[in-house]
Amino acid sequence: MSRDLCRKAGYTFTFLSDPKAEVIRRYDLLHPGAGVKGQDIARPAEFLVDSSGVIRWANLTEDYRVRARPDQLIEQAGELK
Amino acid sequence: MVGFASLPVLARFPATRDVPWVNLLLFGTGLALLFVGLRRAFVQPKQYRGKIAGPILGALSTVIVALFCFLVFYQTRQLPVSTGAPKVGEKAPEFVLSDTRNQPVSLSSLLSTPFTNTQMPPKGVVLVFYRGYW
Repeated sequence: MSRDLCRKAGYTFTFLSDPKAEVIRRYDLLHPGAGVKGQDIARPAEFLVDSSGVIRWANLTEDYRVRARPDQLIEQAGELK
Repeated sequence: MVGFASLPVLARFPATRDVPWVNLLLFGTGLALLFVGLRRAFVQPKQYRGKIAGPILGALSTVIVALFCFLVFYQTRQLPVSTGAPKVGEKAPEFVLSDTRNQPVSLSSLLSTPFTNTQMPPKGVVLVFYRGYW
């Protein structure tokens, strides 16, 4: 299903699946039961990781309507060497 | 009513999405008109007696405004605290997940695999965790 979504939307970035929410849990981003049918989902978050694997910027929004905007991310990414 | 229906349109613009001031403005105008209408009805009861549509629509509008405010100011902020999430300066936890072609992709491979056009590894990786399920 993700493949169809990516193809239809024309996404070129890497799209990964976390069906058991393992990575979501590892990053402590689980939002239990918040899915439409009561499934466990992730709370929205964005991380910028540099080439050595260190997190340089993290955005865990307090309000799920408000997410990081592309220009914010691009500005942060510009700081990486 | 317009305030509610225009949400999907206004949500596309960051200026109006983060704080839905246009919607609130429209709702405010609606409530003001409602108040004027009610006052007029009470001042001239003979003219307005028996007209039931007004109070019904008025009550419905008030409920819609209340629901909107509840959703926008309370519901969307109900998020877990996530104190264990990796912070700036920490190492991003390694992981391996399947991509859309069912191929395993690890964080370390994303950071080290060079781009085909420049032959250079990326300067970094952006991880975006989506809210949702499909």
